[in-house]
Formats: sequence, structure tokens, C-alpha cells
Amino acid sequence: MSDRVSKLIASLAPSGIREFFELVLGMPDVLSLGVGEPDFSTPWHISEKAIYGLERGYTSYTSNKGMIELRRAITTKISRDFGIEYDPHSQVLITVGVSEAMDLAMRAILNPGERVLIIRPCYVSYEPLVRMAGGEPVFLDLASDTDFKATPEMIEDILKSNSPVKAVIFNYPSNPTGVSYLKAELEEIARLFNDFGVLVISDEIYDELTYDFSHTPYLALENSKPDNLIYLNGFSKAYAMTGWRIGYAIGPSDIIGVMTKIHQYSILCAPIMSQMAALEAVENSGPDVSSMRKEYKRRRNFIVAELNRLGLKTRLPEGAFYTYTDISSSGMDSMSFARSLLEKEKVAVVPGTAFSPNGSRYIRISYSSSMEKLRQAVMRIEAFLTDLR
Amino acid sequence: MDEILEILEKDARLTPKEIAAMLSLDEKEIEKKIAAYEEQGIILGYKTVINKELLGVAHDKVRALIEVKVVPEKDVGFDNIAKRIYFFDEVKSCFLVSGDYDLLLIVEGDDIHTVAGFVAEKLSPMENVRGTRTHFLLKKYKEDGIVLIGKDDVKRMPISY
Repeated sequence: MSDRVSKLIASLAPSGIREFFELVLGMPDVLSLGVGEPDFSTPWHISEKAIYGLERGYTSYTSNKGMIELRRAITTKISRDFGIEYDPHSQVLITVGVSEAMDLAMRAILNPGERVLIIRPCYVSYEPLVRMAGGEPVFLDLASDTDFKATPEMIEDILKSNSPVKAVIFNYPSNPTGVSYLKAELEEIARLFNDFGVLVISDEIYDELTYDFSHTPYLALENSKPDNLIYLNGFSKAYAMTGWRIGYAIGPSDIIGVMTKIHQYSILCAPIMSQMAALEAVENSGPDVSSMRKEYKRRRNFIVAELNRLGLKTRLPEGAFYTYTDISSSGMDSMSFARSLLEKEKVAVVPGTAFSPNGSRYIRISYSSSMEKLRQAVMRIEAFLTDLR
Repeated sequence: MDEILEILEKDARLTPKEIAAMLSLDEKEIEKKIAAYEEQGIILGYKTVINKELLGVAHDKVRALIEVKVVPEKDVGFDNIAKRIYFFDEVKSCFLVSGDYDLLLIVEGDDIHTVAGFVAEKLSPMENVRGTRTHFLLKKYKEDGIVLIGKDDVKRMPISY
């Protein structure tokens, strides 16, 4: 590696997965279960609002923090739904997706060497973002023995043995496992985070896609401490708005202030047309979200039942649109399984090693595809497995 | 509406077994319920949605929306006259509507003359029909929630986190 690029950044990048992705992208007619976004288009009333904004000449910068109307709509919704008040002027920042918000949060809170707890398997960006911000990740690795759920005991152990841990990145419903938590479970976990004085960064981008119970946001927990919480959410998943790139962070004003400073220098502001669309989404979107949730729930039930029937052990995920499926019965590791399935049957899945070094028994399957496609995919996977035997 | 009906309305090819998986119910139970819906006439049939816009001119039939003003009858209102109209094979749909006229029909024929003939010779001369207004359909953009522009191309990346 030459001196021209940063040694830190050069040391990141998981290469195996990248290669596999290139393989998928280069193959025509792939039936993909590898997609991390909804298969619905953005509801038309939302897109139409952005078009209307453009027609009226809304093409300028906005405030660094984002349009005050959007920030206020977000705090109003939280106040209405959970009775919790946040100041839209000092406690909310509109970002370019939750991805940017997470990056800002890390850069805003970390000094060199400070520790951040990451619960794996997890979204691919957490570890690199901690490292790029100079932090030191500490990992809690979940396995099937706890159904991929973090238990208070595990959290206590890891916080004790790595003290001091400055912050934790907590994501539910989880990408890739689909795991989510009941309010009572969250209260227990929150109590521990409080006991250890850990700053919680709660990534709840999949909150609306919770199927068997209603999602309790971290900020609505009795044990949640507003001064120790950065709540991240966005519009991508619930409103099928991935390409618009709008997320937000809510938190204590000192941290939001520092995040805004970074955002101001690197991004300036999120695009105004996307912010206008997001405003429409938050103000007028009830039925879209609930019919989408219902549809995903049926697909989830179908795919989980079918995968188990094929001998691929799959737990019923509480949320998101992923299953984390154990493929060890095939005798292959996840990367060879994914490659071979792609080559033989043109079905794309994401190997579990993308989300954790312990992911070689697992693949992530996205059921964010029509029933028709899921049914075809199941047939192809069945053919693939029969061939193996 | 029962979820079984919601599911079948979207995709009638799903089998009772698949629907059972989707709803975490028993396959036999789904079969029984579907049979009951068929028995009660709640499920009237299963058909394929064909985008005739893409089939080309050779297969084109002519369709018209026809507004019909009628004189209602004592005791039965519009029902009798509606029945006399909707039993014609040419009438594909018939609605009683509020506003300037009473019945809205969708009428189909092989060509413009067939439809015009139906209006002039069958519909207009009816005793209770006071007037009609015919709008020939020129192009269908969307029908029953389905946009008729052909297969939607995939816009998503096949793989992403």
C-alpha cells in the first residue's frame, strides 16, 4: 500500500464481500434476496411533493440543521406518540441518511482510543465508523443460543470486563438478524447502560417494520436518560425512500451541536428537495406504512416456514425484512454457499461474514421482494439443495 | 376484509399451503374458508389480468363509457331499469352514480359501429331512458390499481446492505 492513502482507511475494507458483490452486479437476471431496501416505490404523494417544491423553485440550501418545518414535524410526532418533548431548534439534526448521522455521532463523541460497544452481527458500517473516528470497538458477539438477542447478563459482563466503555451502538430491529426487543427487555438493558454510564446511540431505522408487537423507541423507555441518548432514525425503510437519503439525529443539545458543526463543514445541509419529501412523509403517511407492514409480515411468515422446511434453520425475526438463516446443514460455509447458489441458481443472498466474523454459518435473506419472486427463489434454493445431496 | 381475501385479490395463484404459511395458519383451515367464500359467492372467480394495451391493434375491442339518464320507477327505484340494461352482453360494467346522470356503463364492442348501434338501437329507445352521452375510450393508463405501461423495470441494486 502506497503512502498516498491513509493507512487507517487502507486497513479497513472487508475485501471478500466486495468481490462477491461485484459478481452479483455483473450477472444479469439475478433473483435477488440480497436487497437492503423496500421493493415498493416511494408513495406518490411524497414524490409529488418534491416535484411541486422544485416547480416552485425550492432549490436552495437550507439551514445546516435542516428545514425547521421538518425538524418540528419530527419532534411533534414524537411528542404526540410518546409524550416526550424535544426542542426542534437545538436537539434535532437532519442528515444524509442514518449512515451520516452515525458517522457524525462517532466523530462528535470519540477521543482517540475511547471504547464503543458494538453488538454483532450488525450493520456493516458500525466498526469502520468507530475506527475512522479514532475509537476502539469492543464486540459483543451474539449467537443462536440466545436467539441472537443481547441479554442483560451478557451486556453487564462485557461492560465490566472492558470498562470504561464510552458508548454503545444499539440497533433494533436489527439488520441483519431482524431481532427486536419487547419493552420489558429494553428496560432491563437500558438500566445496565445507565449503571455503567454508557452513552447510547440507538439506530431504529427499521422501527416501523416490527410485526408481532409495537416497537418501543429507546427514547420512550422509563429507564432511558435523555442526556445519554442519541436517537437515530430516518425515512428510508418505513417510507420506501432509500434514494432520498434523509435521516435524523435527536439528542442532547451539546452533542447535536457538535454533530452539526461537522455536518456543516462536510455536508452543509441535506438536499432541500429530499427534505420537502420527508416533510410530506412524516405529516401524511399513516396508511402507506401499515399496509406495507402487513405485506412484509406475510412474506416473513412464508419465507421462514419455507426455509425451515428446506432444512435451513431460520428463527422468526421480529422486525426489519431479513432472516438470518443457518446454512450449516448444507455442509458449506456462507461465502461458498452464496457463491455457489448464485452461480448455479442465480439467487443472490448476503453471506453472514459481511456482518460478523462469526457469520460463516449464516446468510442474510431479504424478503423485500414480491411473493411471486420469493416463491421462485424458494424453488431455486430447493433445487440447489437437492443437487448438493 | 379477511386477510385470505386480501391475499387472493392480489395474487390468485397462491396455493392454500402458501397462504397458510403467510398467515401462520393451518392449510386445511384455509381450504375450508376459501371453499366457503366460493360457496357464498364472495369469491366469484379467478382470472388473469391481461394488459391489452400491449397486445396491439388486432386484439383491440372498442370500449365506451356511457352516461345514462333514466326515470326511476315506483318502489324499485333504479333496480329494474338497471337490470334491463346490464343483462346485455355488451355491458361490461354498470354503476348507479350520483350527479347529473344516473347510470354509468362500460360498453364493449368489436368496433365503433357496434357500440354506436347498441346505443342507438337498444339503449336509447328504452322507455325509461331519457338520454345518453357516449365517451369512447382512447387509451387506458391505469385500471383497477394497475398501471398499464408494461412490466416495471427493476430500479433497485440487486444487492445492498
